[in-house]
Amino acid sequence: MAFVLPFEKPIADLIGRVRELRAVAVLRGPEGLDDDGDDPIEAELKALEGRAKDLAKEIFADLTPWQKVQLSRHPARPYTLDYVSRLITDFTELAGDRRFAEDESLIAGLGRFEGRPVAVLGHQKGRGAKDNVRRNFGMPHPEGYRKALRIYELADRFRLPILTFIDTPGAYPGIGAEERGQSEAIGACLAAMARAGVPIIATIIGEGGSGGALALGVANEVFVLEYGTYSVITPEGCASILWKDGSKADRAAAQMRMTADELFGLGVVDGVVEEPAGGAHHDVDATADAIRATLRGSLDRLSSLTPHALADHRYARFRRLGTFVDSAV
Amino acid sequence: MLPARKPAGLDASLKQSFGKGVFRKCDGCGETLTAERLAATFEVCEHCGRHHKLSTRRWLELLLDEGSFHAWDADLVPTDPLGFEDGKRYPDRISAAQKKSGWKDAICTGHGTMFDRPVAFGVFIFEFLGGSMGSVVGEKITRMFERAIAERLPVILLSASGGARMQEGILSLMQMAKTVSARERLRDARLPFISVSLNPTTGGVAASFALLGDVNIAEPGALIGFAGQRVIEATIRQTLPEGFQRAEFLKDHGMIDRIVPRTEMKREFERICALLHCPTV
Ligand SMILES: [Zn+2]
Repeated sequence: MAFVLPFEKPIADLIGRVRELRAVAVLRGPEGLDDDGDDPIEAELKALEGRAKDLAKEIFADLTPWQKVQLSRHPARPYTLDYVSRLITDFTELAGDRRFAEDESLIAGLGRFEGRPVAVLGHQKGRGAKDNVRRNFGMPHPEGYRKALRIYELADRFRLPILTFIDTPGAYPGIGAEERGQSEAIGACLAAMARAGVPIIATIIGEGGSGGALALGVANEVFVLEYGTYSVITPEGCASILWKDGSKADRAAAQMRMTADELFGLGVVDGVVEEPAGGAHHDVDATADAIRATLRGSLDRLSSLTPHALADHRYARFRRLGTFVDSAV
Repeated sequence: MLPARKPAGLDASLKQSFGKGVFRKCDGCGETLTAERLAATFEVCEHCGRHHKLSTRRWLELLLDEGSFHAWDADLVPTDPLGFEDGKRYPDRISAAQKKSGWKDAICTGHGTMFDRPVAFGVFIFEFLGGSMGSVVGEKITRMFERAIAERLPVILLSASGGARMQEGILSLMQMAKTVSARERLRDARLPFISVSLNPTTGGVAASFALLGDVNIAEPGALIGFAGQRVIEATIRQTLPEGFQRAEFLKDHGMIDRIVPRTEMKREFERICALLHCPTV
């Protein structure tokens, strides 16, 4: 793993030793076996791997909110297309907003989930500098949202369930984005999701950054990966507004209750998808399997509802979010 | 049923007082005007047309028939779902804002008439934590749309907000989804929604219902946009062009139907409601 967060280091070191030992084991011939024909190195490897897992569990049990934010943005973390390739067959990407441009920070398409036709939408971050220029770090312009809008309407018309994958620092803040109506583009997505007569299931796989994330989040059921986050503003943005100091992001992250368990407690997400020891980037297949099971369950629950009931279900879900007191009562 | 409050909120831009009268400098042209004269023109500069902040009370006075306004859900008060503390506890910030503004949260909604035409009417209270949208604001807007549907009323909503309320975190973000969902029900009910963007209308309010009006109106010079100007400058490392994110800029870019001086708004709203076949009951 090229990139390692400070708190991941002990785990990475152990995994590195396992790798070295494996390399040695491969080079060595059958003369390495003991009298019973067992391989002592193999046994040690197994033990080491077990220890790496235990260590990861131990370290990850005590992560601070800020460390979880860092995990949600981990450069090695699987992105939307990593899951699409594992969960969706016949994936057929659809490009463009039909108005101005194609925006590759948000991918859209048709495909099959466990055999059933679905529409898929997700923010897409890039891997490495060059790819990130193409993907604009997963920060869509209005064109990305208008592509999403097109897909919401298309899916509604053809009665396709919509699966969204949320992973963005936020909608892009730039001159062109404002000129072309970033606000309206996001608002229109919220409206289209609210109206759709098909099941919508959202999964926050990394960063759920503000309105740019919510534009894929007005779903019947919303799930978050164990180290995913969802917030009204980035912790850096929050800190720079509150304390004029973006470096107090760790404090802001704790204040904002943006981690998976907090989101579940607030009723903002309907479930938390457990990640493998050490996080999703340690085992993408296992993470995809966990998401698959969650989506399957959700689709089963929602599939029996009529188009009208699905919209009502979504309305009721968001209608109850928020806390207030009627002081006259 | 308006809460008791201090006299019309002119103090923010109060510059100097000498002799008997109180004088203020226009934020637009710098001309010195008497507070009395500004009050008479609803805080619009006679020289340059600059629209200064208008108190909620005066908005009601300007746009609704005298004595016709009845507030809805006036007693909803915020709670502190996150236990938010940023040097000051959120409940203390709320108390301070309530004292300063005379309102319980950042929006006033209700029923009133415009030239005898019944309307559902809402106006943000910017002096209450920057008009930020937390759970109370989201709930009151949602209820306003729902009541408008039940009573077959057009909705006229004046936004003036910095966006979501940070102290309510993710629950503030959820108000965007909630209010837009209710707005869509009004659409299905074929009732007009006139969305009016005052200065400023940004962030989560701009990116939810504010630009989803059947007719989008803006006040002259109002700042309207998704991202804050400092954020954009920090991202693109350029200074922003003159007039960027102002009402005129949005109209040029196709996001706003009409820019209407506030003293002409009442006639304008009534006419649009009539043209959209909203019955006068
Ligand atoms: Zn002036």
